[in-house]
Amino acid sequence: MNELPLLSALVAVPLIGAVVVASIKRENAGAAKWTALAVSGLVAVLTALVAFGFDYSAGAPWLQFTESYTWIEAWDLSLSWGVDGIALLLVALTAGLTPIAMLAAWRDLDAVKRSVPAFFALILALQAAMLATFLASNVLLFYFFFEAMLVPMYFLIGSYGTGPKKQYAAVKFFLYSLVGGLFMLVAVIGLWVHSGGVFDWQTLVAAEPMEAGSLQNWLFLGFFIAFAIKAPFFPFHTWLPDAGGAAPAAVAALLVGVMDKIGTFAILRYCIPLFPDATQTFAPWVIGMSVIGVLYAAFVAIGQTDLKRLVAYTSIAHFGFIGIGIFAFTQASATGAVLYMFNHGLATGLLFIVVGFLAIRRGSAQIADYGGAAKTLPLLAGIFLFAGLASLSLPGTAPFISEFLVLFGAFSENEPVAVLAALGIILAAAYVLWMYQRTMQGDRNPALDEVPAMKRDLTLREKVLVAPLVIAILGFGFYPQPLIDAVEPAVDNTLLFISGEQAELPAAEGVSNE
Amino acid sequence: MNEAQQAGLQIDWAGLAPMIIVFAAAFGGLLVEAAVPRARRLVVQTALAVAALLAALVAVILNRGKASAAFSIEGTDLGSVVLDGPGLFLQGTIAVLSVIAVLLLAERRTTRGGDFVAEAAVVADSAADRSQQREDGATEIFPLTLFAVVGMMMFVVAGDLLTMFVALEMFSLPLYLLCGLAKRRRLISQEAALKYFLLGAFASAFYVYGMAMLYGFAGTVDLAGINQAGVSSGQPRLLLYIGVAMLAVAMLFKAAAVPFHMWTPDVYTGAPTPVTALMAACVKVAAFGGLLRVFNVGLESSAWDWHMILTIIAIATMLGGAIFAVTQRNIKRLLAYSSIANAGYLLIGIITLGDAVGSTMFYLAAYGFTAIAAFAVVSLVRDGDEEATHLSRWAGLGKKSPGTAAVFTVLMLALAGLPFTSGFTAKFGLFADALGAGEVGLVIVGVVSSAILAFPYLRVVVLLWLNEPAPDAPTVNLPSPMAGSVVAVGVAATLVLGVAPGFLLDIVDQASTFLNT
Repeated sequence: MNELPLLSALVAVPLIGAVVVASIKRENAGAAKWTALAVSGLVAVLTALVAFGFDYSAGAPWLQFTESYTWIEAWDLSLSWGVDGIALLLVALTAGLTPIAMLAAWRDLDAVKRSVPAFFALILALQAAMLATFLASNVLLFYFFFEAMLVPMYFLIGSYGTGPKKQYAAVKFFLYSLVGGLFMLVAVIGLWVHSGGVFDWQTLVAAEPMEAGSLQNWLFLGFFIAFAIKAPFFPFHTWLPDAGGAAPAAVAALLVGVMDKIGTFAILRYCIPLFPDATQTFAPWVIGMSVIGVLYAAFVAIGQTDLKRLVAYTSIAHFGFIGIGIFAFTQASATGAVLYMFNHGLATGLLFIVVGFLAIRRGSAQIADYGGAAKTLPLLAGIFLFAGLASLSLPGTAPFISEFLVLFGAFSENEPVAVLAALGIILAAAYVLWMYQRTMQGDRNPALDEVPAMKRDLTLREKVLVAPLVIAILGFGFYPQPLIDAVEPAVDNTLLFISGEQAELPAAEGVSNE
Repeated sequence: MNEAQQAGLQIDWAGLAPMIIVFAAAFGGLLVEAAVPRARRLVVQTALAVAALLAALVAVILNRGKASAAFSIEGTDLGSVVLDGPGLFLQGTIAVLSVIAVLLLAERRTTRGGDFVAEAAVVADSAADRSQQREDGATEIFPLTLFAVVGMMMFVVAGDLLTMFVALEMFSLPLYLLCGLAKRRRLISQEAALKYFLLGAFASAFYVYGMAMLYGFAGTVDLAGINQAGVSSGQPRLLLYIGVAMLAVAMLFKAAAVPFHMWTPDVYTGAPTPVTALMAACVKVAAFGGLLRVFNVGLESSAWDWHMILTIIAIATMLGGAIFAVTQRNIKRLLAYSSIANAGYLLIGIITLGDAVGSTMFYLAAYGFTAIAAFAVVSLVRDGDEEATHLSRWAGLGKKSPGTAAVFTVLMLALAGLPFTSGFTAKFGLFADALGAGEVGLVIVGVVSSAILAFPYLRVVVLLWLNEPAPDAPTVNLPSPMAGSVVAVGVAATLVLGVAPGFLLDIVDQASTFLNT
């Protein structure tokens, strides 16, 4: 199983691909697109290999496919990779969503005078950095990529974004994330000093748990603020509507669909096992923030006039559910939260991409510029409705399972929280259906008839790229068991730290290729 | 002399060789001015300076592992010149950085005749001055630079306050002069020189006064002796306080710490850009090298007495530099304030004392390369013959000159401390050592300051890539191999020290012990 360095390849392939694509001349836009797509296809194949080789049984090692290569010995920094069920799901999401996003952006750049190779190279670089954060099993290595991914995203928003505020949005995104990252850096250094110079995640987790107290609380806060900004949780969310609204739709799909999951993923991977006592200390606060986030973001979403900003706000509401799921500390809710990350990536990714289809046709993402659009775009409207319903967790779609699990698990721990959060479902129905009604139904906006593109329904390329997402949403809606099977062992392992039984962890698979 | 030899004075000539080589080359440069025809002086001077500095570097490397005084009488060390790990490492760093700076001084292609004036004594903006705009710059700058470099090399190995003072003056005086030699905007350049000179002279006076106080307290100017006296002296402690304060004022002035930083933006802006690069990189190394030695060797025993005030200065420097950088509209002033903020981070290393000597030295080397490369890029972007220093002029540079813009972006991200650049490695090492020594507050302020400082850096990146260029946008003048290699080496070092810093971390780790501590 460990003969091929699959995880190293998962990071290296898109990184090398980015360099190759970046070196293609501007005039050969087609070559750049196809090369980038081929690279992301190769990443998907590698991901499939990992998924098939993964041991899903309950007693399996926590991290699998581990590799380790020393990098900077003085700091215990090594290129250590390893994957658990949670990371596997998110890696699959990244590997699946990236080629779809590329296809979605295929023609977006035809009209603007921006370098096409650079765009696709940036997407590949972003993919490499995101994969690396999911796969890293060294705290400092994680931090490296956590910060480094800001650079490609910054340029994707600032240089290829739309609207007058794209620069503002790009800078805001970058500064928010960087400040969060710097808080984390202090905590990373603090952890290093405390652990006596250890950054290896497996060693840290296997070591004696840190004594409860103010040091653990501060370190937790340093990590948590970085992740809460990344996720983002209310009240650290204000960068997301700007960034999501300004980014090209395909990039927004990656931003909200994948990158934001790094925050919640890292809470599970780092905050809980490394600082279990502090996590419990702060859990009521986080749950409070999450409930406020669910309700507040839903209300604000209802009031939005821009489709992309609206979708961004719905995501903030959804991240509230993920927060509740994680910090309720039950197996059901935490499993639900992880599935939520995955399903939200599918549903919101699809929603952003469909909004992108609309925006590129109409030349605007303002809701007021639409109205009765379904008349000429029946298929597009259908997919739009489907994506909306999926994101409001209609039974039969994948997000329903995860939302149900979160609320179910939370209800057993804390009834008022679950009841309040359930109100969010009603609000979600309101914003999704009202959005659909205002854009697709009702009196036809006469201005639409003057835009020839608004008469062109989904093209073959667009059909091909939404099909896998639709199939996945329906498929995992009816048969979520494979996802649950993949996630549950890792969730159980993580929750052992909350109950203080981490001694019962399965032994690490200590294979390293020095 | 004879007597001394009979008394058994031993001199470690090999240990002194780096300084002797550069010193000799500086005098040689003066002879070149007199003997070599004007047309060939530039080539000869550049070759001489580069060769001397490289030879000095080799000599430093041959001295590695030494931990002894250069002068001793019958086995008793005289403290005036101390060859130890930190001293040699800093000497080597100064040699490397000054080779790069000399190449930048020699650049003549980006603007006709180079950045330096031919005859500095001509009245600015007079007819004679206008006519010499087309002439080649003076080549006296090379010996002047070499004299300054000798001073810096001596400053970091000086083991007593008197030697240190001689070294301080030796590297300061040529720099005052060099600041006033810009060919364009001569009045600003001259103003910078005068300002730097007056304030520098002031600082020197503080230094001498502080030295006198410390002598009164300890009965010696030897650093190790002062440290000893900090424990055992029966003199009033007030003498020590005043002495340390005066000495710190003078050295923090050179290091550009708040509130002694006022000269920095003006001088950095007014001086010819190659000289600014020399100051930002080499002078910073020298000043902090001296601070490291004074506080680690001489004042370690009185750490309690100065810890608080130096902490306040470090905080003011970190925050002041970062906040003022936010409002800057001129790229050279922006880099000047960034250098002030970086002085603040380095002060954390001074305050942390022994634990952070290695990481402070690493920081100095990493910052030096990045700063030189940044100023080198500034010297390439031109409106006609003049440098386009106003930030608005840099808008859209990425469209017209993507290579230059990409290089500058890397440098900005490095200064902002992003991973995979030397900026991160350096900050991480420094903050980790400080946190390990319990300086939590300073590290948090350092991080806050880095966060503030990220904004101006990022604004430059926005300007470069996301804004549309003006119709009369400045051009990036193709550099000769001189400035080209400066940029290349600086950027390469910035990336290598970010991705594979292991070798340098090992070196500073081995070289981090002062003699007599």
